[in-house]
Amino acid sequence: MSLWEYANPVKFMRLSGAVLPWVSAAAAVTLVAGLAWGFSTPPDYRQGATVRIMFLHVPAAMMAINAWMMMLVASLVWIIRRHHVSALAARAAAPVGAVMTVIALVTGAIWGQPTWGTWWEWDPRLTSFLVLFLFYLGYIALWSAIEDADSAADLTSVMCLVGSVFAILSRYAALFWNQGLHQGASLSVQAGERMAGTYKYPLYLCMLAFFLLFIALVLARTRTEIRRRRAAALIAREARS
Amino acid sequence: MKALLLRDLQLATRAGGGFGLGLAFFLIVCTLVPFGVGAGGDVLSRIAPGIMWVGALLACLLSLDRVFALDREDGSLDLLATAPVPLEGVVLAKAAAHWITTGLPLVVAAPVFGLLLHLPAPALPWLVLSLALGTPALSMLGAFGAALTVGVRRGGLLLSLLVLPLYIPTLIFGAEVVRMGAAGQAPTTPLALLSGITLAVVAAIPFAAAAALRVNLR
Amino acid sequence: MLTVADVAVSRGGRRALEGVSFELRPGHALILRGPNGIGKTTLLRTIAGLQDPAAGRIERASGSVAYAAHADGLKGAMSVAENLRFWARIFGAAPATVDAALAALNLSDLGSRPAALLSAGQKRRLGLARLVVLGRPLWVLDEPTVSLDDASVALFAGVVRGHLAGGGAALLATHVDLGLPEAAVLDLAPFRARADRARAGRPASFDEAFA
Repeated sequence: MSLWEYANPVKFMRLSGAVLPWVSAAAAVTLVAGLAWGFSTPPDYRQGATVRIMFLHVPAAMMAINAWMMMLVASLVWIIRRHHVSALAARAAAPVGAVMTVIALVTGAIWGQPTWGTWWEWDPRLTSFLVLFLFYLGYIALWSAIEDADSAADLTSVMCLVGSVFAILSRYAALFWNQGLHQGASLSVQAGERMAGTYKYPLYLCMLAFFLLFIALVLARTRTEIRRRRAAALIAREARS
Repeated sequence: MKALLLRDLQLATRAGGGFGLGLAFFLIVCTLVPFGVGAGGDVLSRIAPGIMWVGALLACLLSLDRVFALDREDGSLDLLATAPVPLEGVVLAKAAAHWITTGLPLVVAAPVFGLLLHLPAPALPWLVLSLALGTPALSMLGAFGAALTVGVRRGGLLLSLLVLPLYIPTLIFGAEVVRMGAAGQAPTTPLALLSGITLAVVAAIPFAAAAALRVNLR
Repeated sequence: MLTVADVAVSRGGRRALEGVSFELRPGHALILRGPNGIGKTTLLRTIAGLQDPAAGRIERASGSVAYAAHADGLKGAMSVAENLRFWARIFGAAPATVDAALAALNLSDLGSRPAALLSAGQKRRLGLARLVVLGRPLWVLDEPTVSLDDASVALFAGVVRGHLAGGGAALLATHVDLGLPEAAVLDLAPFRARADRARAGRPASFDEAFA
């Protein structure tokens, strides 16, 4: 039995229905545990208590990128193998990814204000996330603008491919642009760099929690979308006969 | 392909074709900005490279929604799809026509607008060169956006949302060339990267745009 | 020249026609009939290669189809002759055919007039003149006589006959009389897709994949 069998809507519904409660429960438990552990860490000797926002910021930023990569893979699967579930999963992941990007940007601003003394800096990393957010918006807008679902799935997949290349290109262009402006003054903090175990392990747990949360949300949204499509198809059949 | 290019140019220069609209828009941007930021001091000459490039970007957007929409409305696109010309060639010809009617006039007129914005004289040749190398990519990416949204009624706003983020790398390197030129440095690196992006876009994007057109023709 | 075997087409997210089979040989014309909305236009677009059939097989030489639909593909800012010359160049036809086509559809006097100033019927005739210019053997025509008066319909029938006599073939969809009594007629009503039947081929619409 091949992995592709799970692309069959019925099989996907059965499997995801069985898995979803467990993933959701695991996401809830790890999220509560991770954040509780993270927010009870001792304050950093330089940054004080503000460092704790890292436990939201870093996992959200990680998932913002991973969500787009998942959409890219799902789009490729749709283009190559024409699995309808795959197209819907890409669509379902987009708003989740966009929200993750917003969380990363907002917590970054809240973290940046006391640490760097500014809410916003045109740092290459921040700028790239803003650009990524624009790509999410474009993708979601294109999905909702096209009435025919087959065309919408095809066109958003093409857009996702081209957008991925340009998101990476923008990342490096922003790096270049910022260095040109600030002569190498970088404000970005490298996660995990010289980080003590007290922060590292709760951070890992939070990353796992956000990963599980993402899976749960995408599964739930995909299942809703499949049911909606199924209902629409059945109503259309009813109307015809 | 040549026939299509010539026809599009012919249509653009005739009544209602919209030739020169982009240039007029560019002039308006260059007139409005000093009112907004003040004409005194060196503010204008410092921000001129950015204004010129952002103005070029927006002027390029203006006529994008016509690239395929008009041909789709009157059925020409169906006929072009059954023609012996590959759709990739159609996209290339359309983008080239768009560049010649909006990008090229900007390149030619850029020094005049540069003077309006007090752009330092040494930067003028770099401005012309960067626009000449960068605007073809803008037209090509714009044609891709137009191909994606050709089936959407009143897709102009959506088109901007899709296309403008794709313009970011070109904008960054293009404006950097002018900025370094204004500072008296030789902008070899951004110039090379700008040309690289344009070449890659012109080589690869026609395939993506043609794929989008085929989907929209169904 | 054209073989259509067990073809199904989908329109607006549902299967419209299925099991359509016919053959068209050089020198023959076939008229497709059927009520509005049965999928005539979709079938013609599929045969012209603008979309893929939902099931079945369509055989024709590549580059053999000249397609003409409701929209004539004319640019109002260009003259009648310019419009034709453009399509002649795109399809690699000899420029000399333009004058012959204009004469065939009685448009010679209008050659230099901007297409925007033509009446609806004249535009239609210009759209049909393009078929003559392209020189392709298989004409696929969707409602070719809309907005034509009786004299023009007769003119059009003459042009089609000339095409058939020259070894061409024509597939036409219409529900008015074209003045082509020698053409075979295929009624599409029996091929209307039924909701209760199990389907071969790909799903009619995205949503159907989940039903």
